[in-house]
Amino acid sequence: MSVRDALLVLADGTTFEGETIGAEGLAAGEVVFNTVLSGYQEVVTDPSYAGQIITFTYPHIGNYGVNLADFESRRPFCRGVVVRALARRRSSWRSEADLDAQLRAYGIPGIAGIDTRKLTRRIRELGAVPGAFGSLDSHDEASLLAAARAEPGTHGVDLVAQVTTPLAYRLADGQRPLVVAYDFGIKRTILRHLASWFDVEVVPADTSAADTLARGPAGVFLSNGPGDPAAVPYARDAIAALLGEVPIFGICLGHQLLGRALGADTVKLPFGHHGGNHPVRNLATGRIEITSQNHNFAVDADSLAGRAEMTHVNLNDGVCEGLRVLDAPAFSVQHHPEAAPGPHDSVYLFDEFATMLGVTQPRTAPAGLPVAERGVA
Amino acid sequence: MPKRTDIESILLIGAGPIVIGQACEFDYSGTQACKVLGEEGYRVILANSNPATIMTDPEFADATYIEPLDVDILCRIIERERPDAVLPTLGGQTALNLAMELVERGAVGVPGTPELIGANAEAIRTAEDRGLFKIAMQGIGLSVPESGVAHSMAEAEVVAAQIGLPLVIRPAFILGGKGTGIASTPEEFTRLAAHGIAASPVKEILIERSIAGWKEYELEVMRDTADNCVIICSIENLDPMGVHTGDSITVAPAQTLSDVEYQLMRDAAFACIRRVGVETGGSNVQFAINPANGDMVIIEMNPRVSRSSALASKATGFPIAKIAAKLAVGYTLDEIPNDITRATPASFEPAIDYVVTKVPRWAFEKFPDSPGVLGTSMQSVGEAMAIGRTFPESIQKAMRSLELGRYGLGCDPAERVLEDLDDEELLRRAAIGTPDRPFQLEAALRRGISVEVLAERTKVDPWFLDQILSIVEEREVLAVTGFAGMDRRAWRRAKRLGYSDAQLGWLWDVPEADVRAARHHAGVRVTFKTVDTCAAEFDAQTPYHYSSYEDEDEVTYSGREKVLILGSGPNRIGQGIEFDYCCVHASFALAEAGYETVMLNCNPETVSTDYDTSDRLYFEPLTLEDALNVIEAEQLSGTLKGVIVSLGGQTPLKLAGLLPEELILGTSAESIDLAEDRERWNALCARLEIPQPAGGTATTLEQARVIVEKIGYPVLMRPSYVLGGRAMEIVYDDQSLCGAMEQLARFGSLGREGGLSAERPVLVDRFLEDATEVDVDAIRDQAGEVIIGGVMEHVEEAGVHSGDSACAIPPYSLSPETLAVIEAHTRAIATELAVVGLINVQYAVKANQVFVIEANPRASRTVPFVAKATGVPLVKVAARVMVGATLEELRQEGLLCAPSPGGYVAVKEAVLPFNRFPDADSVLGPEMRSTGEVMGIDSTFGLAFAKSQLAAGDRLPDAGCVFMSLANRDKTVGIEAARRFVQAGFTIAATAGTADALDLAGIAVAIRVAKVGEGTGMDAVELIESDRVQLVVNSPRGRGARADGAHIRAAAAAQGVPCLTTAAAGLAAASGILDRAAHEVTVRTLQEYHQGIDHDRPLLPLHE
Repeated sequence: MSVRDALLVLADGTTFEGETIGAEGLAAGEVVFNTVLSGYQEVVTDPSYAGQIITFTYPHIGNYGVNLADFESRRPFCRGVVVRALARRRSSWRSEADLDAQLRAYGIPGIAGIDTRKLTRRIRELGAVPGAFGSLDSHDEASLLAAARAEPGTHGVDLVAQVTTPLAYRLADGQRPLVVAYDFGIKRTILRHLASWFDVEVVPADTSAADTLARGPAGVFLSNGPGDPAAVPYARDAIAALLGEVPIFGICLGHQLLGRALGADTVKLPFGHHGGNHPVRNLATGRIEITSQNHNFAVDADSLAGRAEMTHVNLNDGVCEGLRVLDAPAFSVQHHPEAAPGPHDSVYLFDEFATMLGVTQPRTAPAGLPVAERGVA
Repeated sequence: MPKRTDIESILLIGAGPIVIGQACEFDYSGTQACKVLGEEGYRVILANSNPATIMTDPEFADATYIEPLDVDILCRIIERERPDAVLPTLGGQTALNLAMELVERGAVGVPGTPELIGANAEAIRTAEDRGLFKIAMQGIGLSVPESGVAHSMAEAEVVAAQIGLPLVIRPAFILGGKGTGIASTPEEFTRLAAHGIAASPVKEILIERSIAGWKEYELEVMRDTADNCVIICSIENLDPMGVHTGDSITVAPAQTLSDVEYQLMRDAAFACIRRVGVETGGSNVQFAINPANGDMVIIEMNPRVSRSSALASKATGFPIAKIAAKLAVGYTLDEIPNDITRATPASFEPAIDYVVTKVPRWAFEKFPDSPGVLGTSMQSVGEAMAIGRTFPESIQKAMRSLELGRYGLGCDPAERVLEDLDDEELLRRAAIGTPDRPFQLEAALRRGISVEVLAERTKVDPWFLDQILSIVEEREVLAVTGFAGMDRRAWRRAKRLGYSDAQLGWLWDVPEADVRAARHHAGVRVTFKTVDTCAAEFDAQTPYHYSSYEDEDEVTYSGREKVLILGSGPNRIGQGIEFDYCCVHASFALAEAGYETVMLNCNPETVSTDYDTSDRLYFEPLTLEDALNVIEAEQLSGTLKGVIVSLGGQTPLKLAGLLPEELILGTSAESIDLAEDRERWNALCARLEIPQPAGGTATTLEQARVIVEKIGYPVLMRPSYVLGGRAMEIVYDDQSLCGAMEQLARFGSLGREGGLSAERPVLVDRFLEDATEVDVDAIRDQAGEVIIGGVMEHVEEAGVHSGDSACAIPPYSLSPETLAVIEAHTRAIATELAVVGLINVQYAVKANQVFVIEANPRASRTVPFVAKATGVPLVKVAARVMVGATLEELRQEGLLCAPSPGGYVAVKEAVLPFNRFPDADSVLGPEMRSTGEVMGIDSTFGLAFAKSQLAAGDRLPDAGCVFMSLANRDKTVGIEAARRFVQAGFTIAATAGTADALDLAGIAVAIRVAKVGEGTGMDAVELIESDRVQLVVNSPRGRGARADGAHIRAAAAAQGVPCLTTAAAGLAAASGILDRAAHEVTVRTLQEYHQGIDHDRPLLPLHE
């Protein structure tokens, strides 16, 4: 790998010196930061980062390499990766390849050597901001600034269409009730959790309510995904039609879409929540869960207007982290109970969904299903 | 849940003296706890025997008992104070063990007695009893290394046969892994098992499968009453399993765990704390992972705040001890705000965006008989922590923070010592954990030995090795580029890998100042980042900084006048918590006077590196480069009034002459040098007509011989510019003189650091035998007024290092005339040196003549003791004096108060680490070897001395047999001691010569013993081993009795019999035993003592 000088430019003109890693080429997108200390592979392969450039605040990234088991989707959908120091050598018995090779294999450019703390502080001030980076061999500050400014951001952009499965597929052996899972950018660990309780059919994001009901589901799951919930009105409409017909559980974008289906507003947070350490209070039990988070938009709890109650709240900033519909069997959370990466404190939510669907025991040996190797209680 | 209102008063048990395995971290945690509980409105009762702590400052608790940490004494305190609760989880293993003893006595934890808060007895038992812990962990599905428990050698053999070698042997209920070891052969097993059973207070050992070579991790967990659990920090050891975690280089956060593995470990840690049943507070859980397949086993958990908690607090900015104290009184994590962001709650897990490296500091040079190999028993005496944006930056800073003359990880003159080794020898050494391992790893990589080979041989993770390799590779680039070829990018790359200007200067043979200037010219300057618990996600309100070479600097402007205090760096023998106490007091005093205080230090155990202590904290090495960086940053961001260099021991003092003169507050660098430069000092004493022992300075053996010819033997050899009597020796003949000079110039630890030179000669002085040593701490202000803070009379004679000697305030045998002379000399010296601030002067008094030994115009080790004994806050006063106040002004203001009216005696006793170094001789000498100190305070010298012995861990017997073996010159004092022992009802055993002398004096000797290994009948060692001796007094001064004495002292140590190595200490002990027989043991608060003790008034219980 030849090291070449590179430059990261934010839309406000702030520049950061670094050097190229990962794939060749220019990266442009909305720059966000993630504060996890471990779990870079899960973050990079999380489809919810579609359209975004991920800055890791932890300086050393790539230390333990990458492996097939920790892929959260079929490929990374992020636009680029910004790190302070990429490991030259990986070390782990689980490692199968290095992060740099993975980025190159999937065409994801990266930039290393960046003062990621300064960048994070800048994002905190500006909010999630468009940016662009590339090698100084083929780009200069002006062209990168132009590229950054040309970025539309994620507001109002349908990024779900870029990441959802084109075709429905099943994880099922016919032994369990069926859950139809809307794929807005679903993470594999969520699928593993669902599949440990149910037969699962994953459907494209634009599947209509009628199509879904025609599959005879015992429940519907609304997945995580990238971007602005307001940009996927078709999903909102489908969910609105499913409410009351079948029990529903949503995570992250799925939670926001459930909120919108209930008529609530969603708002864009200044720089979102991306990390593995956010305290969330379960309002029913009072218990605090340390949660995995990855979102830029949130449900405006005040606009739930009597149709749903808030069940979880973020203790850092009061953001609505969960809701329960009052007149239909449906609930959702903003944070990620499947973790991957992050703490397992909220994994009980899958059990609650199972209980809602009358399933009391997870599978003991889910033959032919993806292995649930993490966090399944 | 808000705080509990059903309790009003809480007894906090401290950790006692600084010992290996239990250092200032428990002053840090205890101080935080005292503050928090006081702020919450509880009556805080504190018991701690260590006067050098901040927590025992009278203002930190409502009732401060500087009393021995002994269960009988604690029962007296509980009787007197009737606290509602006892909090034992912030005073280390000492407090936890005492809590268990109190529970067994029925003195706490049962109706009608105080409640145990923080951890209950059942939880402590489950965590501490290795057998119970193993069953508990297996019960929740966690793996533990196969193991068995044994209470006898027979049981031990059975367990060993079941599991098979290699085995780890761990005694139960032991702090710092004392007595723990790995046995690879049956012989080693027998030895270690026997040792372990003897060392354990419950005579129990755990024998387990050795997993040496696995990767070691720690998680710091907190839990509240609502069962919310969080991980504050993960720590990965660079050294593999097999080296005690306190002796390992540790890195935070964990570097080589994937999230899948990390989260499983997190789940396991929570399961562990819940199962053990620690209801509130912090715990530390240790894991090992097999690097080949990820198998995870749980090693142990500490159900209390620990050394690692202090490290985790400093590493993350999350104040574990403070939060633990709040949780103990009923708060939940979400009810407590995060101090650093102030906007978010404490119920979260810190995200960090830097790398923290902790490196231990050892004192093997003080124990030349010890093999110096690291193992499962902790041997380090201190540690430094460094923060960098990356691991290379962090470890390089850590290495220069250690202050062992290293400029970083290699690339310095000291690296030469490894050059002569062949590759195989280097690898062989690197495979063994020693203090040199990091340098050996670097040297091996620099030779081109591959990461694979090195990882295989040392079991250090390849990721760490590759990071070190990146440092090594950059060095090659730098060497090729050369000083002249450096451009901005090259400077930046080098600095980002942690290279110090000193390393670069050495590499290129360019003065460090030129390196700095050229680098600045190229535009590469330090940037300070902030430790904020959240990786910049939220705005930080607390200026806790570390340096890096990045794009953005986060130091903010302040309009207030600022004072920078240079701390004392890692603890070492001779420079420990006493100096941190001084720095902290200066910070408090200057803050109260309206200054903005700025602290620079790199010791994670201390109160000074608490982000709460000063207005700004820089966690940085104490080198010239790093100090200049902070000075420049503070000058750029406001007005820096000056720098305090005289409170942190030798560390900042060494920098004094290199910093801008106008910034040095208090005594000038010139005066400091005047006191240290032998020629000038002699001239000064002559001018003042103050007698000194005859002597001179030498850099060669010839010069030393010339001096000795003039003054005669014995002589005291003293290297200059060292602290703690480093390499000091009393020499009685030519042969020893040769040996001593060889050591100093070449082979000894100082020799390796540069040896002797005209700037660093050795002082050769006539040694005054049988003189009484006296220490004086005084303060002089710029107007010329001098106050005497305290005059301490040493118990041991001159020749025993003052730091290892017991001493008393007020002096117990000096005449008023002698005291007047000492005070007058002190005033004259302080005036002549133009001291502004503290000065310590040491005297030897022989036949009523007062000789001055040395003067140090800086804070001394004894200042905290003097302040505790007299009630005068000497350092606070001195700090104000240094920034310009006069003593008269401070008297008006009330800060300088009158000393306590007295009516009591305070005795400071040293605590020595010989139990950690079984191969070292315990005899005291001119080289200091104590790690800590305790204070005994009572109405008479004897009672106070007896308390000081108990506090130091030696309970003086009430009856039985005293074995005495004394050097001839000690026999006069020894006879008086023996007389008092007999008076107290003891029988006397003695070696032939001593017995003859006692006979002559008319003292009955019940048992006479032969010299060791000689003649017929029982020898001294056999007598001691026969369990018939309750106290040993053995004074082996000079030559002759030395070898015999070493056997006697080793036998006493092995049998756990208190052993006094000077006749003077024997006499003090005899007085104490006599006094104790005549008085009931009483406990009083320091606050009461400071009011003055009227012995006619009965001591009433404090509760109604």
